[in-house]
Amino acid sequence: MTHDWPLYEVFVRTKRGLNHVHVGSLHAADDQMALRNARDVYTRRNEGVSIWVVRSDAITASSPDEKDSFFEPSGDKVYRHPTFYSLPDDVPHM
Amino acid sequence: MDVDVQERFEQTVARHDRIEPRDWMPEGYRKTLVRQIAQHAHSEIIGMQPEGNWISRAPSLRRKAILLAKVQDEAGHGLYLYSACETLGVSRGELTEALIEGRQKYSSIFNYPTLSYADVGTIGWLVDGAAICNQVPLCRTSFGPYGRAMIRICKEESFHQRQGYELLMTMMRGTDEQRAMVQASVDRFWWPALMMFGPPDQDSPNTAQSMAWGIKRNTNDELRQKFVDMTVPQAEILGVTLPDPELRWNEERGHHDFGQPDWEEFKQVVGGNGPCSAQRIAHRRRAHEEGAWVREAAAAFAGLDTASSGGRAAAEERGGVSRPSAGSTSKAGLAS
Repeated sequence: MTHDWPLYEVFVRTKRGLNHVHVGSLHAADDQMALRNARDVYTRRNEGVSIWVVRSDAITASSPDEKDSFFEPSGDKVYRHPTFYSLPDDVPHM
Repeated sequence: MDVDVQERFEQTVARHDRIEPRDWMPEGYRKTLVRQIAQHAHSEIIGMQPEGNWISRAPSLRRKAILLAKVQDEAGHGLYLYSACETLGVSRGELTEALIEGRQKYSSIFNYPTLSYADVGTIGWLVDGAAICNQVPLCRTSFGPYGRAMIRICKEESFHQRQGYELLMTMMRGTDEQRAMVQASVDRFWWPALMMFGPPDQDSPNTAQSMAWGIKRNTNDELRQKFVDMTVPQAEILGVTLPDPELRWNEERGHHDFGQPDWEEFKQVVGGNGPCSAQRIAHRRRAHEEGAWVREAAAAFAGLDTASSGGRAAAEERGGVSRPSAGSTSKAGLAS
């Protein structure tokens, strides 16, 4: 059995002013082919104005196992949210 | 092994939230998904053949351009789905091998031949119509990457169905011979289209578990009923007769009653004895094998060591992405 080409993750900016968003993955022999394949697979109907491709093995991701502990530091800091502060209703423009 | 992760999985599914590739999942859930998504992906890829058959003989440049775009979409749909399936820890190469060795299946509908250009229209109208019925609820399936692939696909299927219906309407405005061609095509594809929803509920042992896991959202019979109800008025406007003497509106149920397809034929076709089963797989195998030198040449040009260019193998060697928890061996398919 022949081995697959490397896997790439594809990110598309759907229009100017928006972030690139992950849309899926594909296999390609090299970066240029990944970009061209991404255009053909993920933007056949003008879904993008810009594409990023990155080899999947270059991405470091957080692990779902540590979901609780990893994100915990933000859990108890309610004072980071505007709703933590009670103000009279009649204060304008706030 | 942690009751904890099992519980978390069940709670996630129960609140209709999504499971993502690197989450813990029961092995049965993973296997069911691999089977279903792979079958779905293979269907898109094999589904290119019956229509591809007519590209070189399209009656006009307009029709040829439409058909080419549609067949290209099928390839794209296959790739979205393979991409989703790979997040479950199987490689593209394994999936392709499983298809051409007959270890994984594809939709029975693509084992029927396309005998006239009207079949291109009928496939768009009935086959893609049935696919839409199946796929719209799958946009809410519990496995994130599968649902996201389905959303992309559903957006594009609407073009497929409409071009098919328009093609048939154009032929129905033509000569008597063309109208007869449309009717003959509908006669051939109606029952196989109904079979696309799978066996009746009482003969579909996996449905209950798939629904409990949130993989499927509706039973086969529910979707089949929905398809019939949607299609009957479309057939009237088109001016064709659906070949089912038992088909009639049931006021009491608020649905159409209809006859059952020949489930024995369905079993035969699923079992690999459909009219074009051998041809479809042989063609796919030939394309794969004859394309090997292209894949090798591109890999050589890119300076890849082809013996270890598997994306996952390479990633694990480098430790680029940490190994996910037990039950899921995926490394790719980052959640968007």
